Amino acid sequence: MNDYWSMVFVFVLATFIGLGVIRRVSRLLYTPLMSLTNAISAIAVVGSIAVTGGEYPKAIRVLGAIALFASMTNIVSGFLITDRMLKMFKKQ
Amino acid sequence: MTYAVAQVAAILATALFIFSLYWMNDPKTARHAVVAGVSGMLVAVLATWFQPEIVHHGWIVLAIVAGFIVGIPLSLVPLTAVPQRTALSHAFGGLAAGLVGTAEYFLGLTEHPAQLTAFRTSAIVAEVILGFLTFTGSLMAAGKLQEVKWIPQRPVTYPGQNVVNIGVLVIAVALGVVVVVHPTAAWSGQVFYAIVGLAVLFGVLLIIPIGGADMPTVISILNSYAGLSAVAMGFVLGNKLLVTAGALDGSSGLILSIIMCRAMNRSFTNVLFGAFGTVQKTVATGEQKAWKQETVEGAAQLLEQASLVVVIPGYGMAVAQAQHRVRELYDQLTKRGITVKFAIHPVAGRMPGHMNVLLAEANIPYSALVEMDEINPDMPQCDVALVIGANDVVNPAARYAKGSPIYGMPIIDADKAKTVLAIKRSKNPGFAGIDNELYVQDNTWMLFGDAKAVIGELVKQLAGGGGLH
Repeated sequence: MNDYWSMVFVFVLATFIGLGVIRRVSRLLYTPLMSLTNAISAIAVVGSIAVTGGEYPKAIRVLGAIALFASMTNIVSGFLITDRMLKMFKKQ
Repeated sequence: MTYAVAQVAAILATALFIFSLYWMNDPKTARHAVVAGVSGMLVAVLATWFQPEIVHHGWIVLAIVAGFIVGIPLSLVPLTAVPQRTALSHAFGGLAAGLVGTAEYFLGLTEHPAQLTAFRTSAIVAEVILGFLTFTGSLMAAGKLQEVKWIPQRPVTYPGQNVVNIGVLVIAVALGVVVVVHPTAAWSGQVFYAIVGLAVLFGVLLIIPIGGADMPTVISILNSYAGLSAVAMGFVLGNKLLVTAGALDGSSGLILSIIMCRAMNRSFTNVLFGAFGTVQKTVATGEQKAWKQETVEGAAQLLEQASLVVVIPGYGMAVAQAQHRVRELYDQLTKRGITVKFAIHPVAGRMPGHMNVLLAEANIPYSALVEMDEINPDMPQCDVALVIGANDVVNPAARYAKGSPIYGMPIIDADKAKTVLAIKRSKNPGFAGIDNELYVQDNTWMLFGDAKAVIGELVKQLAGGGGLH
């Protein structure tokens, strides 16, 4: 139980950090910001790997593999398109 | 030992993600953000993959390869399609969370009932509801943005809609409470399926009444939900890295939603339950004024004689893919020593920052892009305000027409410019379905036609006419 509360604690602190950091993001970059945070939140890939690769029944692992595919798609397309957009701002 | 490695990796990844977002505060450092983000992700994935519990590798490799095969083309879409790509990625994020939540629940149900504590089951329920509603809601949003045929573009409303929507969500949450109280009863699995079904349904119902003008806000809200579903997954798996990364995404979506709502002078609930554009059709008051049409030659002359031109782009510029022509026009005008600025309304386009990215793609220096609040004091000095496919964000009715759906929304003061040139595709009213009196003002001249074609003509005129002087 103690561990759960430490998770809530982490969540609250991380949200404050998030609000503080995001508030300073350049208004020019809101679109790339959204694709970047999208790629970062695809960290769900970590959970998907655990479900897909563990010693579990096949049906469970199939769900994990689909989730892993979805997260991986977000990671790849999210980072690539963010970079593509930022390149346009950088070159000026 | 492996536990310590995993923890160090998680801390490292968290730090990299925070740096990544921090570097987004300036376009000059922004590309470091991607490097930091990718590094953080790589560290996290490898550290997880090499844990001793991971014994099957074939499917992991397969899913990762499939992710690359689908992800790479998705990153190459034209920039006008970025809003739908973003909505689609929110859908994928939601789907991943929903599926992992489902997997964890049935794993607990069939093999480790002791793991379904009240806290963990609540987290699973939250993850599944948030995940699946984000999944279908974002798919619907992506469909609307892509203008898929069988998804209606205009907001669809019916009597009692809000009661139905909230009812569906309340039932889903109530069933969630039942599962938390009885996580392992013989019928709990069925109840769980019902929750999934209701969440899927709620996502669809939530987006049906949303119109295009509200998309920037809705995409931001869905972004926030996708982040929160990752947080819930972190609670379920006891993984702090997931909690932090999800919280960063969630707070980003939250801030963007607040900015978008403020830019429209509306509240969250009003966006989600207000069905913009269908509620009130303002009745035309007073005499009907006619608009005055201008020729390309005349417009070019007006622009040439100006010393300050403010371009106000809107969704119409994106639809017509006119940003490169706008760049040529910018070149023609700056060549003549005319100052050209771009006035960017926060909700212009279909997602936050949409106009900035399109103009940056066309190589327009970002120092020329000016926020609404900064440009408005300068508008009376502006010789020509060139409105390109923007409508509601320049409608003066927002200042005083109490019955209008856009009443109170901050606008770019195009009407205060000495002359207004408005390029408009058709003579129909904008997305909000209301007339724009800017177009019938005494000092406004209209140019009807596709933005790309009209600006192309203007550029030709300026380039050709330039030699005569």
